[in-house]
Amino acid sequence: MVLLSARDIHKKYDETEVLKGIDLDIEQGQVVALIGASGSGKTTFLRCINLLEEYHQGRIELEGESIGYSANGRRRKLGERQISAQRAKIGMVFQSFNLFPHMTAEANVMLGLTKVRGMSNAEAQERARHWLDRVGLADRRQHYPYQLSGGQQQRVAIARAVAMEPRLMLFDEVTSALDPELVAEVLAVMQDLAKSGMTMVVVSHEMLFVRDVATRVVFMDGGLVAQSGTPDEVLHNPQTERLRSFLGRFHGIFGPV
Amino acid sequence: MELERGTFLYEAWTARWSLLEGLMVTISSSVMTIIIGTVLGFAVGLVLTYGMLPFRILARLYVDIMRGIPVLVLILFTYYGLAILKIGVKPYWAGVIALSLFCISHVAENVRGAVQSIPQGQHEAGMAIGMRFFQRLRYIILPQAVRRALPPWVNTALEIVKGTTLLSVIGVVELLLANQQAIARNYMILQFYMAATIVYIIINFSIAQAAAALERRYAYLRY
Amino acid sequence: MIAYNFNWAVIWRNWDAFMAALALGLGLAVVSLLIGTIIGLFLAYARLSPSPWISRPAWAYVEFIRNTPLLLLIFFVYFGLPEIGIYNLDKIQSFILTLSGYAAAYMCEVFRAGLASMPRAYGEAAKAIGLRPWQRQRYVVLPVMFRITLPAVSNNLISLFKDTSLAAAIAVPELTFTARQINANTYRVIECWLTASALYLVTAYAIAIALRQVEKRYAVVR
Ligand SMILES: Nc1ncnc2c1ncn2[C@@H]1O[C@H](COP(=O)(O)OP(=O)(O)O)[C@@H](O)[C@H]1O
Ligand SMILES: [Mg+2]
Repeated sequence: MVLLSARDIHKKYDETEVLKGIDLDIEQGQVVALIGASGSGKTTFLRCINLLEEYHQGRIELEGESIGYSANGRRRKLGERQISAQRAKIGMVFQSFNLFPHMTAEANVMLGLTKVRGMSNAEAQERARHWLDRVGLADRRQHYPYQLSGGQQQRVAIARAVAMEPRLMLFDEVTSALDPELVAEVLAVMQDLAKSGMTMVVVSHEMLFVRDVATRVVFMDGGLVAQSGTPDEVLHNPQTERLRSFLGRFHGIFGPV
Repeated sequence: MELERGTFLYEAWTARWSLLEGLMVTISSSVMTIIIGTVLGFAVGLVLTYGMLPFRILARLYVDIMRGIPVLVLILFTYYGLAILKIGVKPYWAGVIALSLFCISHVAENVRGAVQSIPQGQHEAGMAIGMRFFQRLRYIILPQAVRRALPPWVNTALEIVKGTTLLSVIGVVELLLANQQAIARNYMILQFYMAATIVYIIINFSIAQAAAALERRYAYLRY
Repeated sequence: MIAYNFNWAVIWRNWDAFMAALALGLGLAVVSLLIGTIIGLFLAYARLSPSPWISRPAWAYVEFIRNTPLLLLIFFVYFGLPEIGIYNLDKIQSFILTLSGYAAAYMCEVFRAGLASMPRAYGEAAKAIGLRPWQRQRYVVLPVMFRITLPAVSNNLISLFKDTSLAAAIAVPELTFTARQINANTYRVIECWLTASALYLVTAYAIAIALRQVEKRYAVVR
């Protein structure tokens, strides 16, 4: 079943077009790895999906529901209430964590549950504890962000997003800002999520993770999807010179391609 | 009380009630101004940051005008202006209104600065879990902004306490004028001005200390 | 709406008085800033001195000034100096003395921050080419520091200009005093105070714009 479908997404910053017509279908339960050179538009595309950016052409549907813009008639941005409700169905984890610094780990996770999902405090707390357990931070619930390592902060951020029970999770280079020794703990959490059947779009330069966890790899180049397929197809049979040279940088990781 | 006639302590004791009353006027006009200025200044600051364009321009105009005019002129303008418009208010209230106009503009500018200094990522993290604008403001942005606005807010509060002395110009018997009235009776210029200075320093140091304590409580708000 | 008939003729008739008053206020602010800058610089070095016998008094002075209302300081000096035997200051001189001492405290804080934010490398480079300590300050540290602090100095000048309105309290015929007098003589309340406000506002922004040009010219390349 197609969970998310993006059709012909165009996005401009001022005069420069950074997305030039992205088409992508994501099936329920898929783990899609989005790879590509810096500046190819990966972040912009994720932000369009979660309505953090407006785009001037194209349509995105989540479970058949048009996202961000009215489905029929003139293209019109939806109201804030509707957009917020739609965003709640899509979780997003950022490169820079963006935890709320004035709240404990537990409060960070609870905020959306009580204010957006309307849960009682007790209910939200129970769920926050469950997810903090799940990401291995049972003993850090009452810590403030500044008391946590980067890896721990990013795991709280993941718990905060997943606790909302989104239909789709977006990860934008979530390990890029971490010290190398902290990367593994975050990837492990993501792998655990993938196994549990969560549909995920992951922008990452961690090629081993991409190879082992992704069910599908999408190579973006110059604001377009240049190649897409199983990890094996994309990583081992690059169809374009650009992809070959991009993968060449990760040469040592895979052995000779 | 056995004090020798003609000493400072004797004269101060004689004038104690009027001095105390002056102190109360200083404190009450300061508190009044700071409350009004903080509440309205907060609102104007939010308009300055997030308001629709025409309102934002109006707020900006207000703030920039108020910050370009001396407080004393505001006070005199308000005092004489209200009188000529046949709006009968006591000098005390004319003074509080004028000081508040000034206080609002400073608080507004501080609030704008603080709110805009919160990283955009905080907004986006709130959006990503589906929070609406006012929810993000209330639960994410403002709690952090308030902490950042605290040091400049304290400065503004100190300015207001000092600014209440200007009310003496329109005849409000606050601490300074109360001292001057005492001086007019006993001619102990240095002693009474010194005493007044010490009282102002004590008030201002207490405010600064309280703020510092508050700031320490918020120490966890780091990035 | 309350009816009020404007009559601007009064303002035009007194325009010269307004201008003279404005010029006096500006003069008071500039002179006080200059004196305050010199004293403030010494205070800043004093505050940064390793000896508490030097840094403590400087600190105490700055805190004393910053926590005392300016109007009180003005009265203190104006009425207080004769008490300790100093009779030969007229009200303008007395006001300049007060505003300079007041400016010095604020300038001290500006310069202290400026000196503290000076990149260490400048002083060390100066040392490396063999400049003597005072030469290092004179030719390297101070010029750079003045440029760093220029924006803060212009803010102070604008504040001081607005503070000259307090001179009205001891009958120095600057803008506020003059406006009040014309107001008392003519009862053209709104016109008088609108004019005074506008003159302060325009002058404050003119200073800001002029000094922004100076800042651009001397901008530190960072
Ligand atoms: N806010 C912005 N304003 C202007 N250009 C932007 C902005 N954000 C991104 N871009 C440009 O859009 C292009 C795509 O950026 P991005 O989506 O961040 O790429 P990626 O995530 O693949 O590195 C880049 O050329 C970048 O410079
Ligand atoms: Mg990116």
